[in-house]
Parts: sequence; C-alpha cells; structure tokens
Amino acid sequence: MAKRIDVSGLTAYYGAHKAIEDISMTVEPRSVTAFIGPSGCGKSTFLRTLNRMHEVTPGGRVEGKVLLDDEDLYGNGIDPVAVRRTIGMVFQRPNPFPTMSIFDNVAAGLRLNGSYKKSELSDIVERSLKGANLWNEVKDRLNKPGSGLSGGQQQRLCIARAIAVEPQVLLMDEPCSALDPISTLAIEDLIGELKERFTIVIVTHNMQQAARVSDRTAFFNLAAVGQPGRLIEIDDTERIFSNPSVQATEDYISGRFG
Amino acid sequence: MDISTQNAEAPPPTPQPSAAVLKSASRGATRPGDRIFLGLSRGSGIFLLAIMAAIAAFLTYRAALAISKDHGNFLTTFEWNTSLEPATFGIAVLAFGTVVSALIAMVLAVPVAVGIALFITHYAPRRLGGTIAYVIDLLAAVPSIVYGLWGALVLVPHMDGLFGWLDHYFGWTGIFEWQGGAPRSMLTVGILLAIMILPIITNVSREVFRQVPQMHEEAALALGATRWEVIRMSVLPFGRSGVISASMLGLGRALGETMAVATVLSPTFDINASLLDPGGGTFAQNIASKFSEATPLGQDALIASGLVLFVITLLVNGAARVIINRRKEYSGANA
Repeated sequence: MAKRIDVSGLTAYYGAHKAIEDISMTVEPRSVTAFIGPSGCGKSTFLRTLNRMHEVTPGGRVEGKVLLDDEDLYGNGIDPVAVRRTIGMVFQRPNPFPTMSIFDNVAAGLRLNGSYKKSELSDIVERSLKGANLWNEVKDRLNKPGSGLSGGQQQRLCIARAIAVEPQVLLMDEPCSALDPISTLAIEDLIGELKERFTIVIVTHNMQQAARVSDRTAFFNLAAVGQPGRLIEIDDTERIFSNPSVQATEDYISGRFG
Repeated sequence: MDISTQNAEAPPPTPQPSAAVLKSASRGATRPGDRIFLGLSRGSGIFLLAIMAAIAAFLTYRAALAISKDHGNFLTTFEWNTSLEPATFGIAVLAFGTVVSALIAMVLAVPVAVGIALFITHYAPRRLGGTIAYVIDLLAAVPSIVYGLWGALVLVPHMDGLFGWLDHYFGWTGIFEWQGGAPRSMLTVGILLAIMILPIITNVSREVFRQVPQMHEEAALALGATRWEVIRMSVLPFGRSGVISASMLGLGRALGETMAVATVLSPTFDINASLLDPGGGTFAQNIASKFSEATPLGQDALIASGLVLFVITLLVNGAARVIINRRKEYSGANA
C-alpha cells in the first residue's frame, strides 16, 4: 500500500514564472518526509507537483520526471485523475465538503471510484474514521454536516476522507497551521500511526514539528525573491537538525534567517 | 446605558482626566453626522414601508369594490365581463395561464441557464467565457416589447414544425395535442418567456459558481474527481441556494411579463389541457389589453386581478425562502 517516489530534474512554472528548479529526491515508502524552508521557497508547489495538482492552477506546468515505483506520473497516457486517486492530499485549511454529512464526506472518494454495498461502505467509513482517530468523537452523529465539527476534527475528517480510498502516498500541505496546539498534537500522533501504512510527505513551517514527526527532512530555499526555489539538501531528520552538511540549512534551523 | 452615568456609579474614584475623556467619548453618540445619517436611513426604511402599505391599501380597497359587484365567483368564474349587467368575472383562467406559462419558461430556462453558467465559469477558456457573459448581458438589456415583436414576427411563424412534431409523437398525452390553429398558445409564450428570463438566471448563477471557494474544488480534485465530478460534488451543492434565488428572480419576471405576452398570445377565456391549442391568458397580459377601454368597474376588476398576481408572487417567494432555509446547516455559508 505504500510506494516509493523518485523525482528527477523537476522544474515547475506558473505561466512564465519559474517557481521551482531542478529538484531531485527520493521519498522512501512507509516513512515521513518533511519539507521545510522559508515562505515562497516552493515547497508547497513541489508537493502539488507530486499528485499533479499543480497543473490545476491556470498556467501551471511541469518539466522533469516523477516516478511512483517505476511509473512516470507525467508520462504519456497517464491520467491525472488516476494519479490523484493514487496519491491523496490533505490541505492547509480543513476543507470537508460543506454540504455533505460526516459519513458522506468519508465515503466521497469511494463513491467516485466505484459502487460499494451499503455495508461495505459503512465498514470502510468506520475503519477510516478510526484510522484518523475521529471515530469516538463522531460515531453518534455521522449524518450531521462535517462543517459543524471543530477545526481539528475537520482536519482529521479530511485525513479520514483521504485514507478511505487507500492511497499509495499521502501528501500533507501544512496540515496543522490552522489548528490549535492540542489538535496539532492529535494530528502529529496520527501521522506517526499512518506511516505504518502509507508513504507520507508533509510540508510544515514548524521546525519542531518536522523534527517530531519526520524520518527524513528536505530543506528548500530560494536565492532571492522572484528566483525559483531549490532543494538545498535532504537527509535523515536527526542529521539535518544536529549536523547539516550545508551552512544555509544550519542558519535557517538555528533561526539566523527565514 | 450611558457610559457617563455608569462611570459615575463606579466605586473606585477615577482620576479626573480619564473621566473627562470618557465623557467626551460618550457625547460621540450624538455627533451631528451620526444623527443625520441615522435619520436618513431610518427615514428611508419607514418610507419604503409606507409606500408598500399605501399600494396594498389601494389594491385591496379597489379590489373589494369590484368583487362586491361580481355576480360570479371571483376565483372560479371562466369569464371576464365587466361592461354588461350583471358583471361577471373571475381570475381562474388568468391564474392558470400565468402559472402554466411561467412554469414552462422555468422548465426550459433553468437547466440551460445553469449549463451556460457552468460553461462560462468552469469549462470555457477565460476569453470565450467573458465574451459569452457579455452577450448574455446584452440579452438582458433588450426591452420586453422587442422580444414581443420578435416573438410575433419570427417565433410564431416558425413554431408550426415543432408543434406538428410534438402533436405527432406526444399528442396522445393530451398536453401536446394540436388542432392546427395559429401557434399563439401557452407553449409559444412559455418559450419566449424562457428566452427572456435566461439572462437573469444565467448571470446570478454565474456569480454564485464563481464564488465557490478554491479549497472546496481542490478537495474534490484531490480525491481524483473529474471535472464533472468536481462540479457535482463541490460547485452545484455550494451554488444550490443561489441558483434557487436566481430562478425565483426569473420566475418573478415570467409571472409579471406583460408586453411580450400580450403581443404573442391570442387569449381566450377558457382553459385547455393542451399547451399547443389556444387557451388561457395571463394576469399582466389581461390588464394590459383591457385597461385602456375599461369602465370604472372594469378597472377595479383588473386591479383585483393584479392583487391576486401580487399574492401569487409573494407565495412563490415565500416557498423559495423555505426551500433555501430547509437545509441551511448544509449550505456552503457556514464553511
């Protein structure tokens, strides 16, 4: 259920503007990889190229290769819709479907992918909500609207929705930046559990968070405003936070800039 | 209520300067600009209520005069005779025609309008979408008498083919039976009204669809939704109440449309199950065609029919409110 991602020479544009340049890295299966770096360095853009969400933005296009195991996501004849069904995503702001109940939110992806019997559907919904540590809080109100939950619960609902379709990879774009510390802790614990089953990539502005949850950390930076973002280094999280091989990483982590 | 009096009761002795500051701030509530603006806005509100009350009183008074002299039943009589003794008139045919023609217009216009709005906001390249939106705006600016002339001179002569086809395949339903008369019937009126209300429904729906938050659409995309599935999961549910409001605006226009209907329809004072054969009239059309030659009683009778139209419109708007509010907690508004 978890695959390796191999990126080589990836460059992404918004129209004429080059947002990230020549990024290569490997993301190991069943691990958490964190992206850190100053605002505007392109870590979110890079994340969105991993499930072809980047090209949804008008003018967005990509050069280079992203291999999922051995399949190039940008190869000929690859359907972006199928890519997004394989690589799930959780966004910065919790975005449950406001017109759907909690149950329907979790079932939404399954219903897109095919027809399920009612009993199968409720089994998967229950399993996904349990997987997102939300089941006990919502089991009595599954038919209430998802938008009635608290921010942290909504975000876990979005995670349940994403894992319900059993993706190969789970991308998280600053999933805790709109949440309070207790909800953040709940999500971080959850990430620790989810990495047993999924390959997880998380963008975060919070370096303690990266240190807490991730196995590997990638540091992104840009030379100047308007310049494309680049991958500075990627290494084991412990090493990045204790003894990084690039001076800029150490400066950023110790708070000397950014 | 007043800050200065509350302050005076406060137990700890406040230093003199700060008390003075509070006092001068409390006077802020009576600054001349505030008072003038309060008076203006309150006056406007009261003025509106007064106008509404005056119109309602006028309509009710004149309508009561007419109905008291009606020898038939005002609600069920299939006749409009106000000049001969005894005067006999009723709104049954007008209510039927008004509602039926407006319903035809809605059934035809709403799906097309929603389709156009979705195309402009979610499918068309930006420039093409802009051009289409501009043309739709132009359609909204055409005066209704021009639609009426176009309907009478272009639409009516071209309806024979459609009417024959409907009669041939669906005549057995009774609704689409055609005796072969001039196609100045409810269906033609409904089609014309549909064209007339298309722009308003399209424009309002387009604005609603454009406001669908990016994050809702991305939520569907990230689950592997196709473009149509994004529309079904995120755009349409979010825009639902807006589309209903837009439809109600269109329905209001269709119910009250006067000149275009009067130009195209050949009114009769009976009800016909077939939409293709002559039968029925509408409130507004009836008032427009009869008012100039009406006796005083005839005028009152027409005013009474206008009051009924007013009530129907109120009921329709009320129903729309109920529909919109029914699933409020599921609407996009609390996202």
